[in-house]
Amino acid sequence: MIDQIRSLLEQHPMIPLNFGALADDANLYDAGLTSFASVQMMLALEEEFDIEFPETMLTRRTFSSLASIADAVSQLTRKAA
Amino acid sequence: MDAKTFDSKSLLDSLFENGILFESGVDGLYGRSGAFEDVIERFERLVTRLGAPDKATRIHFPPGMSRATLEKSGYMKSFPQLAGCVHSFMGGEREHAQLLGMMADGGDWTELQKATDLALTPAACYPLYPTIAARGPVPAQGLLFELSSYCFRHEPSKDPARMQLFRMREFVKIGTAEQVRSFRESWLKRGRAMIESLDLPCEVDLANDPFFGRGGRMMANNQRDQGLKFELLIPVTSIEKPTACLSFNYHQDHFGQTWGLKFADGEFCHSACVGFGLERVALALFRHHGPDAEAWPAAVRDVLWGV
Ligand SMILES: [Zn+2]
Repeated sequence: MIDQIRSLLEQHPMIPLNFGALADDANLYDAGLTSFASVQMMLALEEEFDIEFPETMLTRRTFSSLASIADAVSQLTRKAA
Repeated sequence: MDAKTFDSKSLLDSLFENGILFESGVDGLYGRSGAFEDVIERFERLVTRLGAPDKATRIHFPPGMSRATLEKSGYMKSFPQLAGCVHSFMGGEREHAQLLGMMADGGDWTELQKATDLALTPAACYPLYPTIAARGPVPAQGLLFELSSYCFRHEPSKDPARMQLFRMREFVKIGTAEQVRSFRESWLKRGRAMIESLDLPCEVDLANDPFFGRGGRMMANNQRDQGLKFELLIPVTSIEKPTACLSFNYHQDHFGQTWGLKFADGEFCHSACVGFGLERVALALFRHHGPDAEAWPAAVRDVLWGV
């Protein structure tokens, strides 16, 4: 899951972060993730995994690391399955 | 203007009846009376007086700004629904005839217009950042500006406190994170004291901008989580949903990065602004103290007209 997310985000033209060099639990905001890029990330994840983040998950914390993103995505895909 | 009833319609009606605002046929677009303008002018002087010790550089911008500047500022990412670009007819005689024909038929003639280099200014500080960046490195003690501009936001409404064209006065600090945070702190105190001196009820609360769409929900949550925006709220058209009359915004280094605003050592500048919604403050005064400004409480009149 994390690897799928990492490669998805790495290819995204509007998220200029070097995901390949980031540990699973590295803080993405510290690595330079902007609010706007985090929105692009959210939209890309929704499309890739065919999910919709509920309002309660649209927070800084959800998108703060690859691990926490994978956590959120797996919660939502499990629900959908 | 019965201070006990708070709703948009009764306030707007009474403003029209008392000749304080004048209808234009478009919601959120009004003429202002001399008395209304006098209140705004006096309030602006009060703001300037309170900020005077800080020796800000004053710049007045027109209600239109460079469209390229608005684009680069990222405004369309966050608030596409509020933006306004100026369009004009640039065709020849043939297109002109076509335009008049469409107009006579009740068709959409505006498609024959093209975007100009101008956009309407959405907030007084947007034109400032590129202007300052072009002057070279920011000095170590930072820079402070006092701005005023008519602003446009496309949000037609019958709430008189939500105009489409309104004036905003701002102080903007450009400096280190620490400098701009202490600037914002000092105005949170001064702003509240100022509104209390006008005998208006107010509260200061954490806030977020009206970012567009679901992505905007996330931007709004981020903004709140980080405590980037505060508003001073006064009941104007509702007690439950008081109106934001002052706002205190910390942009982190967003505009620094966007416009290359740097110190001599290459470090990006942070910025913060405090905005005064002039029409909203005037409306709050008329709402709470009555339609006749000459009959307002002596203490309030003294703060505005005394000096
Ligand atoms: Zn501003």
